[in-house]
Amino acid sequence: MPIDRDAVDHIARLARLDLSEEERTRMQEELAQILAHAEKIQALDLEDVPPTSHSVPLRNVMRADEVVPSLAVEDALANAPEAHDGRFKVPRIIEDA
Amino acid sequence: MPDILWTSALELSDALERGEVGSVEVTQAFIDRGDAVEGSIDAYLHATPERALEQAKGSDERRAHGETRSRLDGIPVAYKDIFCTRGTPTSAGSRILEGFVPPYDATVVARCETAGMPMLGKLNMDEFAMGSSTENSGFGPSKNPWDLERVPGGSSGGSTALVAAAGSPLAWGTETGGSVRQPASLCGLVGVKPTYGLVSRYGMIAFASSLDQAGPVARTVADAAALLHIAAGHDARDSTSIPHSVPDYLDGIDGGIDGMRIGIVKEFRGAEGTQPGVEGRVEEAYQRLEKLGATLEEVSLPSFEHGISAYYLIAPAEASSNLARYDGVRYGLRAQGDDIVRMMSRSRDEGFGDEVKRRIMLGTYALAAGYYEAYYGKAQKVRTLITRDFERAYENVDLIACPTSPTTAFELGERVADPLAMYLSDIFTVPANLAGNAAISVPCGTAPDDGLPVGLQLIARSLDEKTMFRAAYAFEKDLGWIDSPEGRPSL
Repeated sequence: MPIDRDAVDHIARLARLDLSEEERTRMQEELAQILAHAEKIQALDLEDVPPTSHSVPLRNVMRADEVVPSLAVEDALANAPEAHDGRFKVPRIIEDA
Repeated sequence: MPDILWTSALELSDALERGEVGSVEVTQAFIDRGDAVEGSIDAYLHATPERALEQAKGSDERRAHGETRSRLDGIPVAYKDIFCTRGTPTSAGSRILEGFVPPYDATVVARCETAGMPMLGKLNMDEFAMGSSTENSGFGPSKNPWDLERVPGGSSGGSTALVAAAGSPLAWGTETGGSVRQPASLCGLVGVKPTYGLVSRYGMIAFASSLDQAGPVARTVADAAALLHIAAGHDARDSTSIPHSVPDYLDGIDGGIDGMRIGIVKEFRGAEGTQPGVEGRVEEAYQRLEKLGATLEEVSLPSFEHGISAYYLIAPAEASSNLARYDGVRYGLRAQGDDIVRMMSRSRDEGFGDEVKRRIMLGTYALAAGYYEAYYGKAQKVRTLITRDFERAYENVDLIACPTSPTTAFELGERVADPLAMYLSDIFTVPANLAGNAAISVPCGTAPDDGLPVGLQLIARSLDEKTMFRAAYAFEKDLGWIDSPEGRPSL
């Protein structure tokens, strides 16, 4: 499956990576090389093989719904690049009407 | 009292118990050694000598009152910088987390602290554990104490560089595809990848959650077993933690391997890209296992050749999802941007290094609509085939033996420009991560072609750490390398 420049742009947008032109060019070559190595498994007949998502059989782990102390607001905000009035502050999300 | 620095953790523990030495003296000796070698090996990202000495003092005071909290009370330990440590900076080797101070301790750290182990500090690693050399660290590479021009391996290379240089008796690393075993092999140490789910992932910064597992780094097999015992066991804070009682790994570790059946992987013998000196030492190791009473049997694991392809789709896919949390909002680096999407995209471009961006892109691609079945879906099915290969082999054998790494330590810069060559460093280690099995790397001397350490890998069934440790212990004792002058780097 070839990876073209449009695919690189699309993936970078999905991944929220503001890559430079130079990075996009290099990424296209490197991804193509790595995916070519993965082509070998494309040829395998895996029709009747179930997928494994985890090596241990997992079931939903439930616990009692009890109120316990949680992280204090000031501790939660201590690492924030910007905080205001007990909240995380971010740039504008909604355009003016 | 022999030289503290080159005495095993368990022997130091015995010396503490006999009152021949105190934890403060032991801890200070490792702090001083760490200071002396740091300029050469660059193992630390953040040293915490004051915290260590305070904890050592507490340990000595307890012992003076006849109280100890564990077999390793008073024995110092250092952590890969991927474990969250309350009040102590934790970066996972990434500029995007520079200055981040966690508000809580990882379970591994909390259990070692409860056991009375002084914390020496936080150690260098490939950014978000993505790499095999520490060259992907956002803060510069660590160096191999055996040859300062060479990599210590990775991603837990800071952990293995420090322990190999006798800057700490013990360290914690983490694995996703071989990140404890491979650097342990390259630094002449013991490295363990426990069964997936044996050690809690709580507070371990996530890379690929279905594969990530913490593992001990030590100079001897028994030390690694003792450290694993401190942290292993169910944790309600990790939903993938196995509710299984943890046996005493030291009990019966010296029982020998007479009658044990060990499988030699047919497909890995003479595998392309394996250094002749590595192949030779590992073949000698098989003969030694046989001499010790084990029965060798060749086993075929045909799906293993697809391990790397499956791993390098599954791990980046999970990483692309896990690393979505670094968005410049709640912690870490924030770049300027006049709307939120630009702010996030610029923060991520500035904060992440090349390899991390490459894997996020690869993983996003493998999960994207239209490609999911062809890449991620197929890789998950290959994972099933690899697990079945293991199951079939374990019908006839107790352990599987193979090299840990196809080569000894490579030169700094040698593989940086070729991501695929770097990925192939993991060829012998990824199958155990994909299937979840327990595995260990134990030194088998140095390669005749370059004089650098070689590791033998032993892979056990899931939760069969006891058999794995018993075999590795018997091998280590018979070889006698780690206790000989040849087993120490000249640094």
